[in-house]
Amino acid sequence: MTRLEKNDRLVRLGLLMIALSAISVLAIITLFIFEQGTPIMFRYGFKSFLLGQDWYPSEKSFGLLPMIVGSLMVTFGALIIGVPLGLASAIFLTEFSHRRLTRILKPVIELLAGIPSVVYGFIGLMFLVPFIRDNFGGPGLSVLAASLILGIMILPTVISIAIDSIRAVPDSYREGSIALGATRWQTVRMVVLPAARSGIIAGIILGMGRAIGETMAVIMVAGNAADIPGSILAPVRTLTSNIALEMAYASEEHREALFATGVILFIIIMILNTIANVTSTRQRKK
Amino acid sequence: MGGQLKLQPRTEQKVIQVFMYLMTSIAVLVLVFILVVILKNGLPQLNLEFLTKNPADMGREGGILSTIVATIFLTFIALLVATPLGVGTAIYLTEYTVESRITRIIRFGAECLAGIPSIIFGLFGFILFVNKLKFGWSILSGGLTLAFMVLPTIIRTSEEAIKAVPPAYRLVSFSLGSTRWQTVTRVVLPSAIPGIVTGVILSIGRSIGETAAVIFTAGSALRMPTSLFSSSRTMSVHFYILAKEGVSMPKAYGTAAVLVISILVINIVTYYLMEKYIKRKS
Amino acid sequence: MKQRGILVRDFSHYYGENRSLNNINLDVYRNEILGIIGPARSGKSTFLACLNRLNDLIPGSRVEGKILVDDQDIYGPEVDVVALRRKLGMVFATPVPLPLTIYENIVFGVRLLGNNDRGELDRIVEDSLEKAGLWAEVKDRLHTSALKLSGGQQQRLCIARVLALKPQYIMLDEPTSGLDPISTMKIEDSLRTLKKDYTIILVTNNTKQAARVADRTAFFLMGELVEIDETRVVFTRPSDKRTEAYLEGKFG
Repeated sequence: MTRLEKNDRLVRLGLLMIALSAISVLAIITLFIFEQGTPIMFRYGFKSFLLGQDWYPSEKSFGLLPMIVGSLMVTFGALIIGVPLGLASAIFLTEFSHRRLTRILKPVIELLAGIPSVVYGFIGLMFLVPFIRDNFGGPGLSVLAASLILGIMILPTVISIAIDSIRAVPDSYREGSIALGATRWQTVRMVVLPAARSGIIAGIILGMGRAIGETMAVIMVAGNAADIPGSILAPVRTLTSNIALEMAYASEEHREALFATGVILFIIIMILNTIANVTSTRQRKK
Repeated sequence: MGGQLKLQPRTEQKVIQVFMYLMTSIAVLVLVFILVVILKNGLPQLNLEFLTKNPADMGREGGILSTIVATIFLTFIALLVATPLGVGTAIYLTEYTVESRITRIIRFGAECLAGIPSIIFGLFGFILFVNKLKFGWSILSGGLTLAFMVLPTIIRTSEEAIKAVPPAYRLVSFSLGSTRWQTVTRVVLPSAIPGIVTGVILSIGRSIGETAAVIFTAGSALRMPTSLFSSSRTMSVHFYILAKEGVSMPKAYGTAAVLVISILVINIVTYYLMEKYIKRKS
Repeated sequence: MKQRGILVRDFSHYYGENRSLNNINLDVYRNEILGIIGPARSGKSTFLACLNRLNDLIPGSRVEGKILVDDQDIYGPEVDVVALRRKLGMVFATPVPLPLTIYENIVFGVRLLGNNDRGELDRIVEDSLEKAGLWAEVKDRLHTSALKLSGGQQQRLCIARVLALKPQYIMLDEPTSGLDPISTMKIEDSLRTLKKDYTIILVTNNTKQAARVADRTAFFLMGELVEIDETRVVFTRPSDKRTEAYLEGKFG
């Protein structure tokens, strides 16, 4: 083996080390969150965490059910708002609008993905919350407000991924369908959307991950009461807000309980990631 | 078919088209509305004093200079750490190995990392950097936490940029007697630089806007940072506190405007680079 | 008696399970132009890639048999692949200038060895471009992007880039396939001049080109060497029916 080849082996080894250390970040994060969060779950029993309805850390009562329900509710709400709006926009921009309009609007939407979440939360707090309070009643800080803000926040993600997967459908499919006498909409509904399905689903799952993991925007508009909300106008606290609200002053078991909240959030996100990964690999294979 | 209640395909098409048009308008208008509100209320607050004076009286008076400085430091540290790691990983994945179990694990890991919510990064940074490594609430803790957060973005964009380099360049380089490393440094990386820069700029945007991961790692002290171990408040954290605690709405709007303008500029530059170098090549 | 430069003995090459070259035996003489003709996918390009071991870069590539270049077994354990590739310079079918200036393209291979002496680099650039017949056309814009040259100029640049390596062999893989007749003629002219100093292997899908410039011609078909002989003989009295059929345009 020559000197150059030996050097090349060294470089390869070095780069492998870098790649492994980059990826060990994931392992380290997992390790730390679980190391901090699971002991208390064993001590008090998983059931009391997952199904307990009372969150009174000062009295050693760590029921996370209200937050789990809260996270699921606002995420579900975000999807109800974000997915139809997002999909309709994506279909409109790829299949119906003028090319020039699409060329302007797509970048605008993508640029707006960069607006920090605190800004979304702030707008929600200033406009949406008073609007809900004055027109529908309740405190305004509510499941509805959080869902609306999250639904808007996931729009850029849902739209741009849906646009990409709709564009990936070969034009020959469309031409074939139109040649058979289908209208544009029939073509979209019966040919384009089924072909783009798994990409669109992956986009929705990513949006869902974004919604369930969002913290600051939710804190600002959700009201944060640690009770299971009775209606969509009632305040709600999510897993993420639970951590962010109390981290600053929590200590000992209370802090551990916040890490336990992180563990549950982490598991939910990992499940979503795996589903998204499997769906998008399936599309690529096709 | 043939049910009389059913719309004619052409009518149905018209109805759907109008519906889609409305939905798209709503989506775009809402997003643009946010931008307009921030700029309309924030721009009047902006002046030289706002940008060059430190906050006083908890942010009620003065400007936001110390938070701008903190944001820049934090972002700089994040990129200083994440760029070599991310680009190195991308080079390994694209140039130094064939598809295998290891590459699949690395890619899956990067994707998972990209999906982890920022509050989890905040928790992690708090326990590792602030507590265990005793960096305290500091620029360093916050920067390292952000580095981990933007790492997947840098890996992915670098990988795409490297993949977009025509394979023929590599073949020519090898045929002229390069080793693999020479091929990477003299041919592949120079061609991929614009794409890699795009990823880095994108990460700058994310670092500037991040709040949840930063508030528990860099802290929220309103002083001008003096060292790596100073606790300090970034622009987005400052904005969050001003707005959430109702300290001062004018100052909150002003901070938001600076935040949004810098991120928009960064994203526009990225978008331009992306159009120019990545998409056209592939 | 002609001197033999490359000896190929019982050589086969596989991509995974597929055999792409089957039991090739041939010699390349010094200072000749050996033309290699044959239809697409007959193994011509693979053969070139095996000679400078560019096939190493393809996963699943495997060889059997021997190739000796200047009496050295190039698949032996002690071989310096980098040195081998500099000895057998290669020009590809489509001209691929690297995204650098004309000057930097030429000295790319020289710089790889750590040679950065300005005066020597200047000499090498002029000398290589002169030999490739491009000097007069580009001498005033050496420091402009090579991507701005025309297709024919780019291909001559690629030849000059190989000459700068001071190789002993030049392998060209259908170098004129994308070029107009005038550019083709210029390249063929420079090949005739170059063979005084180099041994040239010219893969071409244009049989007339082989007839015009090659001293000897080899005919490849489906990974096998059908025949190899003086060009004149191959084209007038081929010994194999398949060669005759191919030259008459019955397939390919």
